Amino acid sequence: MVKHAFAAVALATLAQVPLSARAQENPPLPRQEWSFSGIFGTYDRAAQQRGFQVYKEICSACHPVKHLYFRDLTDIGYSEDEVKAIASTYQVTNEQPNDQGQMFQRPGRPSDPIPGPFPNDQAARAANNGALPPDLSMIVKARDGGPDYVFGILTGYKEPPPRFNLLPGMQYNEYFSGHQIAMPPPLSDNAVTFADGVPATVPQMAHDVVTFLTWAAEPNLEVRHRTGFKVMLFLIVTVGIFYAAKRKIWAAVH
Amino acid sequence: MADLAQHNVTGPHTGETRRDFLILTASAVGVVGAAATIWPFIDSLNPARDTLALSTTEVDLAPVQVGQRLTVAWRGKPVFIAHRTPEEIKAAQDVNLSDLRDPQPDSARVKKPEWLVIVGVCTHLGCIPIGQSTGDDRGPYGGWFCPCHGSVYDTSGRIRQGPAPLNLWMPGEVDQAAQALYKFTSDTTITIG
Amino acid sequence: MADTRPGATNGIIRWIDDRLPFMASVRHHYYEYPTPRNLSYWWNYGSLAGIMLVVMIVTGVFLAMQYTPSADLAFDSVERIMRDVNFGWLMRYAHMNGASMFFAIVYIHLFRGLYYGSYKRPRELLWMLGLVVLILMIMTSFMGYVLPWGQMSYWAATVITNLFSAIPLIGPGIVTFLWGGFTVGDPTLHRFYALHYLLPFVILGVVLLHLIALHRHGSNNPLGIDSKGPQDTLPFHPYFTIKDLFGLAVFFLIYSFFVFYAPNALGEPDNYMPANPMQTPNHIVPEWYLLPYYAILRSITFPILFISAKLAGVILAFSSILVLFFVPWLDTSPVRSARFRPIYKWLFWLLVVDVIALGWVGANPPQGIVVTVGQIATLYYFVHMLVLFPLIGKLERPRPLPANIGTAVVQTDGGVRLGRAGAPMAKP
Repeated sequence: MVKHAFAAVALATLAQVPLSARAQENPPLPRQEWSFSGIFGTYDRAAQQRGFQVYKEICSACHPVKHLYFRDLTDIGYSEDEVKAIASTYQVTNEQPNDQGQMFQRPGRPSDPIPGPFPNDQAARAANNGALPPDLSMIVKARDGGPDYVFGILTGYKEPPPRFNLLPGMQYNEYFSGHQIAMPPPLSDNAVTFADGVPATVPQMAHDVVTFLTWAAEPNLEVRHRTGFKVMLFLIVTVGIFYAAKRKIWAAVH
Repeated sequence: MADLAQHNVTGPHTGETRRDFLILTASAVGVVGAAATIWPFIDSLNPARDTLALSTTEVDLAPVQVGQRLTVAWRGKPVFIAHRTPEEIKAAQDVNLSDLRDPQPDSARVKKPEWLVIVGVCTHLGCIPIGQSTGDDRGPYGGWFCPCHGSVYDTSGRIRQGPAPLNLWMPGEVDQAAQALYKFTSDTTITIG
Repeated sequence: MADTRPGATNGIIRWIDDRLPFMASVRHHYYEYPTPRNLSYWWNYGSLAGIMLVVMIVTGVFLAMQYTPSADLAFDSVERIMRDVNFGWLMRYAHMNGASMFFAIVYIHLFRGLYYGSYKRPRELLWMLGLVVLILMIMTSFMGYVLPWGQMSYWAATVITNLFSAIPLIGPGIVTFLWGGFTVGDPTLHRFYALHYLLPFVILGVVLLHLIALHRHGSNNPLGIDSKGPQDTLPFHPYFTIKDLFGLAVFFLIYSFFVFYAPNALGEPDNYMPANPMQTPNHIVPEWYLLPYYAILRSITFPILFISAKLAGVILAFSSILVLFFVPWLDTSPVRSARFRPIYKWLFWLLVVDVIALGWVGANPPQGIVVTVGQIATLYYFVHMLVLFPLIGKLERPRPLPANIGTAVVQTDGGVRLGRAGAPMAKP
């Protein structure tokens, strides 16, 4: 018994030390409330659509979402016709050249990926002082802190503290590693007018676009949670039945 | 020698039936679990969402003049779209059905008589018949001619000579008996699939 | 009375069995197989490991049907699996978390062996075959992690393959050979894919040998004393079939929690960024199950005689597994089970804490106290293996062993609670 206690104390002590030292570099991220957290989490459709609007009207000027297809937008509550209409407002490069051997543009279709603002990384860098705006389709999963981190970045712009050496062309950001980010603050109050009338404050827009981007990174979250619930329930019942059977079979021996 | 077998059992019959019930239930639960686990793997081999998204093609017919033919790709196969001339339509309709290897009236193969929409894959062994480009050999019936083994199709895409057993398919016909899988979304556009 | 054993009455089975003794084998090695009656739940982990091997192979084969092993297409093909393939997300998360579960199970299984002396005569080869499986698992998982071609995939591959450059003279040549080029690249990815598909079947073969060796003398048990006859054992079926099934259900509950509710908890966010050969992540970290070896590797910060610090670290990291091969001979105790070894019992738990500490060291950047802890923990590990094992076995006075398994003794740590002396088997 004593050896178990000793091991438990040792483990508990070690557990206080964070597994990764990355958490120590910046101030702790404030935790937000997300509709998709927890085992019963789902995506708020209205927030997803407002978030798509924020992406489309603000972020898409510099950031691609190459893993999203127009057809995926039916997941966030748009009908097939609405998706077709949204797709056709974009000009997309056709996969094959025309009969003269030249690449050409055509209106988008639901089966197309959502085109990014630049044809390649070099063009993106040239338009952004050498910095490469990252693709956003995976960004929420690709950063420590996930949705809270992206929200922190979007709302974390402030005046640099005194004596902070801010390099030319950079902005001070509370949560970005090193505190210097090349992206100018993308959000300002009422930069977007939401169709459902929700006031477009910076925290609101940040919350909605992060909801949209979390869905973009993890579109199957809802079916995963639903399936998981059924699987866990089934397994809990199975554990009970198997335990009863085990006890019954072993009763002859005990 | 004491019979120890009966010692730890509440009663000879209730203990056994309860044990059998538990074993039966446990086995049933196990089988259900196994079946539920196998299904996702099998379903993963069904066409994925991106494949299904490409299973519909919209075609703008406006640029196709009378007498011209257009080839579009649909589900990985060529679809022949022919804007038929009045002579081609008449030749297709004035046919004695008993002369056909695979009897089918022209009216059953088109939604609008001036537009023929058929899958350009020979029903013999799968080559793509020629006849789409002007200057191609269209065979004795003015339809299509398959160069692989000499199958000849008429202006309705029906087999007339050569080894092919059946008429050229309408889109989706193989999967959905006699129900051509295309529709006119306007006078000048069709959606296939 | 009619022979009611499974398969005995069926004519077809009898015809096959006469020519290929399949049913007879199944009857002997499964249904009737004598298993010590006092096995605790620490003996469930072997069957769990076998099942996880099957799970990994099945999910892996179905993933392989959709994955493209090319540097420019691999990352996107994995995203296609996650987004567009029916249940692709499930197979990917099951495979990804399954690797973690597989290692957790195998480590517990290994430590069970260390605690109960399962490596001792006559099971030395059984132990060593298990270590071969562990080495193959490490190779397989390392190569598998490269396949998604994320940032961590690429840079972990670079760092670990670069280790071989520490070998004097031929080192850099070997690295170029491994890479098939001047950096980790498309040729590397292709060969890692081929080998990642191949090795699990090699593991399957070694597991078969492992089971054959096991069945030569049967399982060890918590008391560490040999069974003397049928009064000490129970037929595997139905007693251990149901016990293993129960353990499997409990395990699946834990596994499912990770797959469905925390699928990325054990992973690295950096791997959701496509590989960028021009930019290294701030912290390169392997998967958790490789952290202790990584910690040992980095703990040598000074050269030893003519051996560079880098080479010494590499040698020590590999040695941490190689030394385990010699444990049956390093441990001099005549007693198997730590239940009867009062001093060794404490050292065993110290080893467990030590390995966890090494894991923590491996996860953190090598600065400050992390380095010191890493060096102490590495030192203790090898002292435990090379010094304590031989010494304690000789110096310790073990507690008296029970006469046999079937004795009327009430066990306290999870063993079977025995009533009358050797109650006979329940009737078939």
